[in-house]
Amino acid sequence: MVTVTNLLELEEISKSFGEVSALEGVSLAVGDNEIVGLLGDNGAGKSTLIKIITGFHAPNSGTITWKGQRLTHLTVQHARDLGIETVYQERALADQQSLWRNIFMGRERTTRLGLLDVGEMRTETEKLMVEFLRFTSQAVTPETEVATMSGGERQGVAIARALHFEAELIILDEPTMGLSVTETRKTLDFVREIKAAGKSCIFIDHNIFNVHEVVDRVVLVDRGHVVGEFKTAEITLLDLIARMQHVAETGSIENAEKGVTT
Amino acid sequence: MTDVEQAPGEVLPPVRPQMSRRGRERIFFRHYGLQAGTVVMALIIWVILAVGAPETWLHKDMYSALMSTVPQTGIIALALTLVVIAREIDLSFGSVMAVGSWVFIATGRPALGLIAALAAGLAVGLLNGVIVVRLGVPSLVATIGTMFFWAGIVLVGTNAAGSGTPVGFVPTLLIGRIGGYVPAEVVWMIGLAAVFWLVLNRTRFGAHVYLVGDNEQSARMMGVRTDRVRIAVFALVGLMAALAGIVATLEANFFWPTVGGGALLPTIATVFLGGTSIFGGRGTIFGTVVAAFTISAIEPGIVSLNLTGYYTQVIYGAVIVLALVMQSFVMRRSQR
Ligand SMILES: Nc1ncnc2c1ncn2[C@@H]1O[C@H](COP(=O)(O)OP(=O)(O)OP(=O)(O)O)[C@@H](O)[C@H]1O
Ligand SMILES: [Mg+2]
Repeated sequence: MVTVTNLLELEEISKSFGEVSALEGVSLAVGDNEIVGLLGDNGAGKSTLIKIITGFHAPNSGTITWKGQRLTHLTVQHARDLGIETVYQERALADQQSLWRNIFMGRERTTRLGLLDVGEMRTETEKLMVEFLRFTSQAVTPETEVATMSGGERQGVAIARALHFEAELIILDEPTMGLSVTETRKTLDFVREIKAAGKSCIFIDHNIFNVHEVVDRVVLVDRGHVVGEFKTAEITLLDLIARMQHVAETGSIENAEKGVTT
Repeated sequence: MTDVEQAPGEVLPPVRPQMSRRGRERIFFRHYGLQAGTVVMALIIWVILAVGAPETWLHKDMYSALMSTVPQTGIIALALTLVVIAREIDLSFGSVMAVGSWVFIATGRPALGLIAALAAGLAVGLLNGVIVVRLGVPSLVATIGTMFFWAGIVLVGTNAAGSGTPVGFVPTLLIGRIGGYVPAEVVWMIGLAAVFWLVLNRTRFGAHVYLVGDNEQSARMMGVRTDRVRIAVFALVGLMAALAGIVATLEANFFWPTVGGGALLPTIATVFLGGTSIFGGRGTIFGTVVAAFTISAIEPGIVSLNLTGYYTQVIYGAVIVLALVMQSFVMRRSQR
């Protein structure tokens, strides 16, 4: 599994919250220009795993390696500086703040004097709105408070933000949740564009069709463990569904391999 | 980003339609409604006083006196505005005023005393921040604790005895009368207000204060070092409280160990009347400055109207409630 070209490698990561053990000895690699899908039940540990990559949670044990360099005491700011951008499942917006403040949250642009470059941030936001978000609502400007925007629009903001900073690894945690068919299509297109641009992506979605459609490799997560992985090119959608069902029932992939292999 | 903008097969981006007049009005109301409310309140109170006691309020001496009392709450309210925007509260600043004054007097040398007092205020503020942020004690409770603690320390240290104040360059610098009329401290306050405005609106730290108050977890997820921001706002209140304490002591021409004991209510009323949201994430320095004048006019206003001094508390309390009602009104009016 581990090759020299990997962008990111997690090894034997464990994380618990008090008594709750969310991850136990999880290893995961993301290759250069690879789209990796994480599939697993509610509470399997997918979001916890990606929050370890983003520096939001510190693992209790295990190692994180980025381009061959071991990362210790990773912080969110450090991860973003390395080129990891994330759409969190929680979306991580500040509702009462303007659109531009949300887009540049934690990455505010400053002038040479170190003061906020408000004009620049507004202009960039306006550009994003026209070219990327394609907001049709009349009421939305860079000054609009995120709280007054629709659920889909808010999600668009979180996605636009993650794609805006030229990241090398883009993590999308359930980006299509609650989106219309058209918006879901658009989101899947973004993932393809990430691939086309030579970047890498971790894509989490409960919709197995979406995952199978855009990722290079699927990683199955179950109750804090990685229980299997498949190259999308080598497994049919039906096979994948069968294996997932088996994992859900038994918590293990093994017999399924025997049963369904083609 | 450019890869995303030029999606294959995309036609030209749609031109965004202009916003409707109502939409613009709503945004204006949401942004400036509270500040307008603060200014209107100030004008209403001024008209009431000018009509009720014209001999006082249409005379220029009153305003010289007012400008010397405004900074005693206003200077602290500037920093407290940041604390409230960050969705915290600090109730200990009255006692920090006493700590600052005491250190200032005890050193016996005004220039050294000023520096030492500011350092002490900063340290006490930092301690508040550390107790709240690192030890996880809610700020309301933590700063009630430190309020009593530091008030007690000053009483123990001074044996509850006051002392005279120094004269000279530093006192003149702080509270001299410019042209025999404008108190220096009000100039300091306006200067500090400009600095606080710049910090809040034009620095990353200021942007982070808003983000922390709006949604601390979101801010943390996006890499804002929220703990540092929260500690820093408490430190700023400590610093400003020490300065305000020295100003109050010099204005009184005597160091009372209980200086700052009456600062709590008017200072907090100032921040809320200024439109800073009790729910965090919103607030302006402009509102706080205007409200500082309004609140400072209440006590002399009551005296000038020949009402008993007991009304002061009634009105402070009413102003706080009214300000909060005004806030939720503006919030609801501007919701979609
Ligand atoms: N901050 C936290 N504190 C305590 N427990 C947590 C925390 N975050 C996650 N957990 C627990 O860790 C486990 C894994 O949660 P996680 O959010 O990673 O699951 P998930 O795979 O993303 O699920 P879903 O598909 O529902 O989003 C769950 O049992 C959850 O309750
Ligand atoms: Mg999740």
